[in-house]
Amino acid sequence: MATIPVDLLHVIQRYGPHLSIGTGPRHTQGGEPDKLVKTHCCFCGQQCGIQLKVKDNEVIGFEPWEDFPFNKGMLCPKGVKRYLQGSHPDRLVTALARDPAATSGFSPMAYPDAIARVASEIARIQKTYGNDAMASLSGASLTSEKCYLMGKFARVCLKTPYTDYNGRLCMVSAGAGNKKAFGIDRVTSPWEEMIGSEVIWVAGSNVAECAPITTNYLWQAREMGAKIIIQDPRLTPIARTCDLFLPVKPGRDVALFAGILNLMIEKDAIDHDFINANTVGFEKVAEYVHDWTPARTAEVSGVAEHLLRKAAEWWGEAKTSFLMHARGIEHHSHGVANVLGAINLVLASGRVGKAHCGYGTITGQANGQGGREHGQKCDQLPGLRDISNPEHRAYVSGVWNIDEKELPGPGVDCVELFRKIDRGEIKGLLAICFNPKVSLPDNNFITKCLNKLEFFVAIDFFLSETGRHADIVLPGSLQEEDEGVVAQLEARVIKINQAVEPPGEARQDWRIIQDIAKALGRPHGMTFNSSREIFDELRIASKGGIADYSGITWEKIEANYGIFWPCPSTDPQGNPIDHPGTPRLFEPGSWNPIAKGAGPFYFPDGKARFNVAAYTPPTEDVDAEFPVILTTGRVVSQFLSGTQTRRIGPLVAQFPDPRIEIHPILAEKHGIRDNDWVTAESRRGTITLQARVVLTIRPDTVFIPYHWAGVKSANQLTISAQDPISKIPEYKVCACRIRKAEAPAYTATLESQQ
Amino acid sequence: MAVAEAYEFFIDPNRCIGCQACVQACQECDTHKGHTMIHLEFIDRADSVQTVPVVCMHCDTPTCAEVCPADAIKRTDDGVVQSARKPRCIACGNCVLACPFGVPEVHIEEQLMMKCDMCYDRSSVGKKPMCTTVCPSQALHFGTREEIQRLRPRSRPSNTFQFGHQTITTKVNMMIPIQSPSTRIDVLSAMHASTTGRRIALAVLPGDAFPV
Repeated sequence: MATIPVDLLHVIQRYGPHLSIGTGPRHTQGGEPDKLVKTHCCFCGQQCGIQLKVKDNEVIGFEPWEDFPFNKGMLCPKGVKRYLQGSHPDRLVTALARDPAATSGFSPMAYPDAIARVASEIARIQKTYGNDAMASLSGASLTSEKCYLMGKFARVCLKTPYTDYNGRLCMVSAGAGNKKAFGIDRVTSPWEEMIGSEVIWVAGSNVAECAPITTNYLWQAREMGAKIIIQDPRLTPIARTCDLFLPVKPGRDVALFAGILNLMIEKDAIDHDFINANTVGFEKVAEYVHDWTPARTAEVSGVAEHLLRKAAEWWGEAKTSFLMHARGIEHHSHGVANVLGAINLVLASGRVGKAHCGYGTITGQANGQGGREHGQKCDQLPGLRDISNPEHRAYVSGVWNIDEKELPGPGVDCVELFRKIDRGEIKGLLAICFNPKVSLPDNNFITKCLNKLEFFVAIDFFLSETGRHADIVLPGSLQEEDEGVVAQLEARVIKINQAVEPPGEARQDWRIIQDIAKALGRPHGMTFNSSREIFDELRIASKGGIADYSGITWEKIEANYGIFWPCPSTDPQGNPIDHPGTPRLFEPGSWNPIAKGAGPFYFPDGKARFNVAAYTPPTEDVDAEFPVILTTGRVVSQFLSGTQTRRIGPLVAQFPDPRIEIHPILAEKHGIRDNDWVTAESRRGTITLQARVVLTIRPDTVFIPYHWAGVKSANQLTISAQDPISKIPEYKVCACRIRKAEAPAYTATLESQQ
Repeated sequence: MAVAEAYEFFIDPNRCIGCQACVQACQECDTHKGHTMIHLEFIDRADSVQTVPVVCMHCDTPTCAEVCPADAIKRTDDGVVQSARKPRCIACGNCVLACPFGVPEVHIEEQLMMKCDMCYDRSSVGKKPMCTTVCPSQALHFGTREEIQRLRPRSRPSNTFQFGHQTITTKVNMMIPIQSPSTRIDVLSAMHASTTGRRIALAVLPGDAFPV
């Protein structure tokens, strides 16, 4: 039974989100900490180095870590205030059991009893309905050790194919596109290579708000002569001073890329030698883009023809360049096509594998890169291996000491997993590090699915919106309460160090998972004594795979400020080596385990692939009934579904409530002025927010940030259409209509963050 | 201890992304916990995302100190204008009215003027001010003049400001385009100008002007 047990306001009253502020013990303690712990921020994929001030097993503040080479002490407001998530009034310090008789809807439960209950419910569901009736969901904010363990737990302990992770909402379009074009899913170069590039093209990334530290790399590159091209429907802070702004219509990025490539071919501004020697498939792509004349491209993409010509000229003539993209082009039902369109521009230019020539996605989550490498994804095994590949299955089954026939096949993506819950095929769910009730599209449907579960166990440190549906909540660990590795957005594997012990009955997530396995009577392969032991098995499981970690140790990471994978432990002949890691991919003459010396790319012939990236309109285009494009995204002071950042007072104060951004022309049409209440409505849901009337957005588009929950959740409106290859949902474009409204009733009962 | 003479503070509004890392970090200082001494100005959000961070400019002859009836505001020999001394400050607000840059604030509940002291607890012992350390765009930068010239070849520092007949020189520099002929920044002449930063037409509707 997984409905919210009592009136929602009672749950909120007890479990928040409430605000943590820098007063009380923190304020008076201030001053001298017991120790400074060098670690990394818990939020985005940049993983800035930071030192946490610790006093009496409490994180009381921070000190910049200026030696860490990626951010050199720089932090965004989330990093500055991240210390306030610990010692929080909402922190879960005991297990909880759903209890409709309790005022708050939940009663504390002794940890061993909770584990026993979880095990007996999992056993009951699997005995009654089969192993496949149980599913697990995890996330890319976990350390790689935990991500690895979650994939193994689902396949070896739960014996279910149904496991997936919240990276499905972030990086999968980039990953799928990278694999199709390069055979490997990783950025090509460290960010420092941008400085010295002639042109930097940023497609669909609000860098200033979503990856703020990357700003300094862009600005420093510009100081050294780079031209900056920004492709975005909104004039974001990074676009304000760029050299060329392409205000693309949401959902039309691939058309824009096709038109640019056509112009490059027309001007013969392509690298024939590179294309001939290092790629296959160019002719078909050239044939496809031939129809994308500047006039047609301008009409479809919504970007003026002369701007397209300027972009093609700069990109075509550059000697060095960097192209980066993020969710702006990836969150589409043709997200992989968008990514391939961008990669085609890079391959045609021949500018990879060389100094100051780079390409890559800007990953979103803390372990957005590492979390997509080691097997928590439904079709994947550790080391970027494929669960459908017989050789890969045999290798990993060997490491896990199981019969390959026992290893389940591919499962389904997390959105499809909820559809299976809706159809009654999945009855039980274990979730950690995932808040789908806020983060998945069309989330009123997700609520309906959660309500249908026979048994739902959530592992969390705060009671998230999704956790409110749980039968049992197990108190897990905050990032600073455990240790392990993550791979940040440059594929630099770094070490998270423990600063404090988990409070009360809370404990490290990997211990909880193993306790469940033991209580189920299935402890096989789930008896690690430390995070380091898990990492050592991960190294073996990844050995020989594309994401080879076998040559990485925690000590090597600490000594080098991180190690870029691949980092094998043996040379091509099988002799042991001390590999330094691989900051830059695809260098001429480089060796990889797929090409085996045939070429720098990760295919048997060593060549990269051009892929035809055909334009298709968004799944739900605007029409007379719903004439306005809705796009969603982030603000700098909040992170993803807000489970952490909506509990940090100063961050909530910076941007308290979501606003709907509207261009004055559209606003005037509906009689809407700045700060007026506005209702936006799609075929799936409605939302009422205050307007922010600004010139910095296309007049055919409105924007709502997605970090808020319930009646303030943008994802009530978004569409669950998905990319056919990556299965990423189409958060960045759907159809809506707007109208002026009265102040909604929720303002009387809910605080901003609730 | 004092702030090393070679180190200067540079503000480059061109780089600012309005993220408020400076504001949030400034609040963390033990000497004014919970209060930020940085003003982050949105120039005109309806028109532009442009923001400007303002810290104390640390004038060579600080107007705030000159008008202080209690002699509470001191400039140390290293050029840093210190926050008001608590035993002397009478919270009269003369400094607030007089400062040409609008920096000091009077906190009524504490009966005290507070303002940026360039993180004297850090900068006087060889560290950078906190806002310049964390600033993700390095719109706020602390370093030597040689360093800024090497890192920012497109701009140059200026620390002379004209307010009507008053000329002020400061320890904090504003970065201006290198080709600008100005030897000083004439503040009053810009106050009634209609430009609010670079306005970029989105060029998606008929009649929208294209950017040049």
